[in-house]
Amino acid sequence: MDLAFIAEVFPKLLAGLPLTLSLAVLSLSGGAVLALMLSGLRASSWLGAQFANFYVYIFRGTPLLIQIFLIYYGLAQFPALRHSLLWPLLREPYVCAVLALMLNDAAYTSEILRGGLRAVPSGAIEAAKVAGMSRPTMLRRIVLPLAFRQALPAYGAEVTSMVKATSLASVVTLMEVTGLARAEVSQSYRAIEVFLCAAVIYLVLVTLITRLVHWLEARLSTHRSPALDRSPA
Amino acid sequence: MGEAFTLLGFGPEGWGHALLTAGLTTLAVSACAFACGLVLGTLCAWAKIAGPPVLRRAADIYGVVLRGIPDLLVIYLFYFGGRQIVTAIANQFGHTGPVEISGFVAGSLAIGLISGAAQAEVLRGAFHAIPPGTLEAARVTGMRRWTMFRRIIAPQALRTALPGLGNQWQSVIKESALVSVTGLVETLRAVSVAANSTELPFLFFLAGGAIYLAITTVSGLVFRFAEWRAMRGQPAMRVGG
Repeated sequence: MDLAFIAEVFPKLLAGLPLTLSLAVLSLSGGAVLALMLSGLRASSWLGAQFANFYVYIFRGTPLLIQIFLIYYGLAQFPALRHSLLWPLLREPYVCAVLALMLNDAAYTSEILRGGLRAVPSGAIEAAKVAGMSRPTMLRRIVLPLAFRQALPAYGAEVTSMVKATSLASVVTLMEVTGLARAEVSQSYRAIEVFLCAAVIYLVLVTLITRLVHWLEARLSTHRSPALDRSPA
Repeated sequence: MGEAFTLLGFGPEGWGHALLTAGLTTLAVSACAFACGLVLGTLCAWAKIAGPPVLRRAADIYGVVLRGIPDLLVIYLFYFGGRQIVTAIANQFGHTGPVEISGFVAGSLAIGLISGAAQAEVLRGAFHAIPPGTLEAARVTGMRRWTMFRRIIAPQALRTALPGLGNQWQSVIKESALVSVTGLVETLRAVSVAANSTELPFLFFLAGGAIYLAITTVSGLVFRFAEWRAMRGQPAMRVGG
């Protein structure tokens, strides 16, 4: 192992971290909003539920990379789109990558949310109704917090898998951590050292996120902590 | 519309044959990767359940590391890193210049390694779901370890593991699209080539998506059938509880 070379490469790769993070944050927040909309659609009507199911089926049944290519290269096939006002945006690899990651994340997140919503005890909903809560208040105070806590472990896994998925943006020329690593390898031909450095960056990032989610889980379930558990063993 | 059918068809102008071969290559890479993952996963599950502390620790680290690295990087490491190592070795023996390695082999090993980490967890969970009484009974009747594994552990664990393994197979199919970066002509690579030469990228990437969707849908049905068969003679699963 050539430590001097690694010390030289590491900062170069770290320069891509802001782009990796911005891709992840934007697509996760957009994906969360879309997932909430899909859940609303699912609850609204039979047709809405069919659409939501179809959406999830399509996006979970195909690779993310082909979804990115379909948006980045595919949309150029339509002259109407190429001459539209949106084109300066849709031509940008950054916009295309975020769009694809967002649409993909929404499909997975809406399934996680569905599981969380199903786990809300019906007694809690009945109690809220009896207490005379309006539907929005009930959603805000009872249903969503309970569903969120229930869905947190699965959502944590989705967050880390989205952070890892941002590496695919390098395939459409974006210079995030993986993109920079790829460029460095084509200059130095030292694939193992460079890609291992990049791997360490992702590993640290993912470990930090996992810790954060565990901490949040523990904080949001203080009522279940062993110290307070009075149930007979 | 008619033009699209000609292009996707099996005629002299059509890309049908190329796409069919590519779809089969996707299946072949996925199958090799899944098999690698199953072997690795079984070994790791064994190490975690009954292995010596050193191996148990190693299996844990392998799981954490592989779950923390992007799939694309693992493939790059195997393909470009593998080429670097093979070239270095070949140069020792007097060969000059870079040596190419197979994208198929590097890709299926890389995806197998990724999938193995997840399959180990599935199999470990399935092992713990085996009623301990059956293991005790096997021991009491004097079964040897291998016989016990073959007759008692594997049949019971595999039944519980089927849904989880089915999910893993679906992930492997989707991850196999990343092997296109090595130049292996699987589905994604084939539709990229077709998209370039026909200048109809949307049509061909859509067709590629349809191929993946067909593979994942059919395998979903196969796994559901297998689960149904494996559950015959079992008491109906309680919902909730």
